[in-house]
Order: sequence, then C-alpha cells, then structure tokens
Amino acid sequence: MTSSCRDNFRIKGYRFGEGAKSIAIVGAMRGDEIQQQYICAQLVNRLTAIERHGGIVKGKSILVIPSCNPFSMNVSRRFWAMDNTDINRMFPGYTNGETTQRIAAAVFDALKGFEYGIQLASYYVPGDFIPHVRMLKTGYEDVETARLFGMQYVTTYKPRPFDTTLLNYNWQLWNTKAFSVYAGKTTQVDQTAGNENVDAILRMMSRTGILATHFGGSAYESEAIDESTLLHIKAQHAGILLRQVKAGSRVHRGQSLANIIHPYNGQILSDVKSTVEGTVFFAHNRPVVLQNALLFKIHAIDL
Amino acid sequence: MIKTIVSTELPADEQFCIRKNVIHNGKDGLRFCVVTGTHGDELEGQMVCYELARIVGEHQDLLNGTLEIFPALNPLGIDTIQRGIPNFDLDMNRIFPGDPQGTMAEQTAHAIIEDIKGADMVIDIHSSNLFLRETPQVRINVQDAEWLVPFAENLGMDFVWVHEAATVLEATLAHSLNSTGTPCLVVEMGVGQRINHRMCRRLVGGILNLMQHMGMWRGEVPTDSPNAIVCKGDRVTFLNAETSGVFLTEMNCGVNVSKGQIIGQIVDPLRGKMLSTVKSPVDGYLFTIRAYPIVYEGSLMARIFNSEEV
Repeated sequence: MTSSCRDNFRIKGYRFGEGAKSIAIVGAMRGDEIQQQYICAQLVNRLTAIERHGGIVKGKSILVIPSCNPFSMNVSRRFWAMDNTDINRMFPGYTNGETTQRIAAAVFDALKGFEYGIQLASYYVPGDFIPHVRMLKTGYEDVETARLFGMQYVTTYKPRPFDTTLLNYNWQLWNTKAFSVYAGKTTQVDQTAGNENVDAILRMMSRTGILATHFGGSAYESEAIDESTLLHIKAQHAGILLRQVKAGSRVHRGQSLANIIHPYNGQILSDVKSTVEGTVFFAHNRPVVLQNALLFKIHAIDL
Repeated sequence: MIKTIVSTELPADEQFCIRKNVIHNGKDGLRFCVVTGTHGDELEGQMVCYELARIVGEHQDLLNGTLEIFPALNPLGIDTIQRGIPNFDLDMNRIFPGDPQGTMAEQTAHAIIEDIKGADMVIDIHSSNLFLRETPQVRINVQDAEWLVPFAENLGMDFVWVHEAATVLEATLAHSLNSTGTPCLVVEMGVGQRINHRMCRRLVGGILNLMQHMGMWRGEVPTDSPNAIVCKGDRVTFLNAETSGVFLTEMNCGVNVSKGQIIGQIVDPLRGKMLSTVKSPVDGYLFTIRAYPIVYEGSLMARIFNSEEV
C-alpha cells in the first residue's frame, strides 16, 4: 500500500517447507509489541537453520509473519498511526472497507487454511503474566494440542462481543486450531521469557509432526484453567505501588503481595495480602495504581 | 442537583468522577437522560448539555418529570483529547455493559449502565471523529427499528439510519440499554474536536420537542424541524479511497448528489498529480464526508443514502 508522505506499507512473511499449510505464526499486530516481534524474529532465525538441516517434515509448510504493523512501530504508536484503529479488532477484514479492514483482510487471506495458527499476543491491561497459551472458548478450542507447547498454563476464556473481531476468533471459525501465546512482556525484550516461548512453539511443532527434529528442553505439564476461576485482587486505594511478588511467585494465604503508599507522604495506605494459597498468574506492573485497579490474578491451589 | 455516580481515587491526589445534573419538577413524570462524552474527542454534546441544563434549569416549572444530563462519561478522555480511555487503550463504547469485577474501565461502564437503566428515554450524543463530518442523524440498530424510529422522528434531525446489527456493536452503551428495555437513541453529527453551534441548537430543540411529545416539557419547541429521511434496508453506499494521498473537496455533507457527480479528488502533492477522483455511484443524499485530508487506500470518503428505487 502506498502512503502520501511515507515509504510504502509492506507486510513480510517467511515461508519454510513445502506442501500442506501446516502452521502460521503472527508476531506484532500492534506497534508496541516488541517482545512478540522479537520472538518471531528468533523463530525465523531458528527455522532457517532447521530447514537447512532438513528438519521440516516433508509435505509441511510454515508461514511466519513477524509484524503486521511496521508503520506503527516506526512511530512508537500501538495502533494504526493515522486513525488509532486496532488491526487485531478488524478480522476477518473487508477488502473494500477501511484501511485497517483491508490490512486485516490481506493478512487473513494469507493466514487462512492452515491447520494450526499461533498469534504472539499482548493484553490491554498493564501487567506481567506467566507465559501461557490462551484460547477463546468458541467450541473450536483444542486444549489437548495447547498442552503440547509445554508451557506452565493453558487458559480458556469466554469471548465478549468485541472479541469476535480478533484474529484468533476468526481463525477458529475458519477451522484453524488457533492459540494465543503470551510472552509475559510487550514493550520490552525479555530474552529469557522470549527464548522460552521460541522453545515452546518449536516443541509444539515437533510434537504435532511439523518438525522432524526431536525438540528437547524442559517443558511443563501444562495446567489448564478457565480464566473465570482466577482470584482477582484489587487496589483498595490509589497511590504508588511497591510490589513484593511477581508473576509466577508462589504465595500463601495472608502473605503480603504489595504495599500501596501515599503519593505525597509515603505512608502505607494498603498492605495488599493474598487471601488464598496459590500462584500469581498476573501482576500489575505500573508504578502507580488507580483505586479498584486489578493488581493480581491468582491461581488458587487446594492444599 | 449535581450527583456523582462514579468516584474513584487516581494515584496523585485527584478523584475520578462521573457526574450528572438532575433537574426535576412535578410529583411523578418520566425520566429522560442525555449522555455524551463517551469518546473524548467528540465535543458537540458539551454544548447540547450546556444549553439543555441552562434552558430547563431556568424554566424548571415547565418540566414535568426528571431530566438527567451526563456531559462526560469519559472525563479523562475529554481532558486529554483522546477518543478512548487513558491508561487502558480501550474504546469505552466497546465495553458495555461493563463488569463490576473487571478493570476500572469495566467497573465504570457497569456503574453507568446501572445508573441509567430504567430511564424512559436516553439520548447518546456522538459527533463523529476527526476524520469524518456527519449530517445531524440518528442511528438505530435494525433490531430496534420498530420501537425507536417513531421517537427518532421527533428529534428534528436530517437523517435516521437504520443499520444492520453487528456482534461487535453489542458492547455499545446504546445496545446494552436497548437490549434491557431502556430506549436509547444514538445521535451523530458534526466532526471531532469541534463544536458546530447550529447543529447543537437543532439537537437541543429536537430533544425538547421529543420531551414535549412524551409529555415532559411545556416550554417552546422549534416549529420548523425538517422531516427526517428514514433509511431502512441496505441503501447506504460507502465510498472508500482507491489510492493514498491528499483528499481535496469543496463539498459539505447534508446535500443531494447525482450519479457520477464528483465529490472530491485525491492528489499527490509531491508530483503534482491527481491520483483518483471520488464520484458518487448513485443518486442520493450525502450524509457523511471525509473531513481529514490525509487518506490511505480504504479510508472512508463518504456515505450516501441511495435514493434511487431499489
């Protein structure tokens, strides 16, 4: 696509192997999804080497699109820079529609027909997650395949009306087994978490017969949970947040998770405690919090 | 009386508040709500709220019932000239009916719905965005047409667009209210970040006219309101840009156009070339036109109600 005052807009894809459309992987859909793009870049790098060594099973093809939105990344904007619309809220797209609908349509046209689809996703709530595989509960979700990533958690959630325009919702309706992989971070590169994600995706590709290479590395026996069962802990007060635990921490009932201090006098306004035994699945990561803001989501464990 | 329906602490010595002005007269009577400011870049509703609060406040004796005015459902968005909710990257009109257990944005949406529901009429005022200019119009989901079009015809707008249902629109304030039996009309007019006084005065007159029609207002109402064009069925033509470039037009919206008529041109300022011509493919009523000149392929340029027989 041309622009009146910038370079042409291009979306690049990398193809590996030949034959049946086996798996498609999409990285940054938004301009701030640096971690997601990093993971895809590492995948392209690894798959190039794997292909060179004959590691892709005959008759299987792979598509990796590291970025659907380089224009926004280049101007440090999360959404489409001209009108602030979100490409990931435009699927399945419309070829005669508005600009981001057309981009979504072109992307979806390239992504349709694959057996498996992976999107490196980010979340609109500011925070850190345990890296996990996430699926919409549409009736087409495939928890057993999601476990093959070997990530700590596999989660499912009920779609809301505005989720019906997500890539993964539409992928599922078009018979692609779709998975969102959450890499823990968005705007920064976390190499450790990122490389674990790369390993998890390659592991899944190996376990589903797309890669011939047996993929080693340590894997979790994934715990599958419905997100509605996670315990939400909110801020009783607004102020400066001093977090004492992070995503992945094991916490006990009554344990202090964070302090919220007065923004001017430093007095502790709230000692945020866990009400259950469990694992911190999500942790707010901005230094200031609003009253009633979601601070932690905890996966409770029965002792 | 000013009432606060949402009050939440912000991090640095400030309270996030959503407020309404409740004007009441009479023993009983109906409840009429005017809400706006869901999108922080839409400002026409500010003047409409001001005029209504002024007129009805000064002539409270002519009111029969309760008028509730909500000028700012997204106050931080208005203050920061952001369409969405600051800190959340969310369009507030995509998270209704909200969730009392969700994020602050979802909790706020829930509180708004709980406060408004049960009203006898809600007018949800929008004013397009920075990119499009709109004729004063009412938009109604086809599922609610039979029920709501008779109300809309009393608002004195130029155009009533009965549009197709879309799942994504189920998360709007209007859908959340209409689906639970609280009638809500969505008004669109003008352009983002600006206030068109003439359009605002027309809507104020239209709201008072509708209130009078509902037995809530005994004061003066306009007598020269046009009969709205009511568009039902699939009769709206969307014109999207064929090329990226700079859109030049001397046209405004709210006019009849003929098939083949040139609406504008998309040009290349670097090479001094005309890239494409935007023409009406039908005889009809132009009710939306591009306001922001920089366009990409696909940018919406115009919407035309196809007045040809179908």
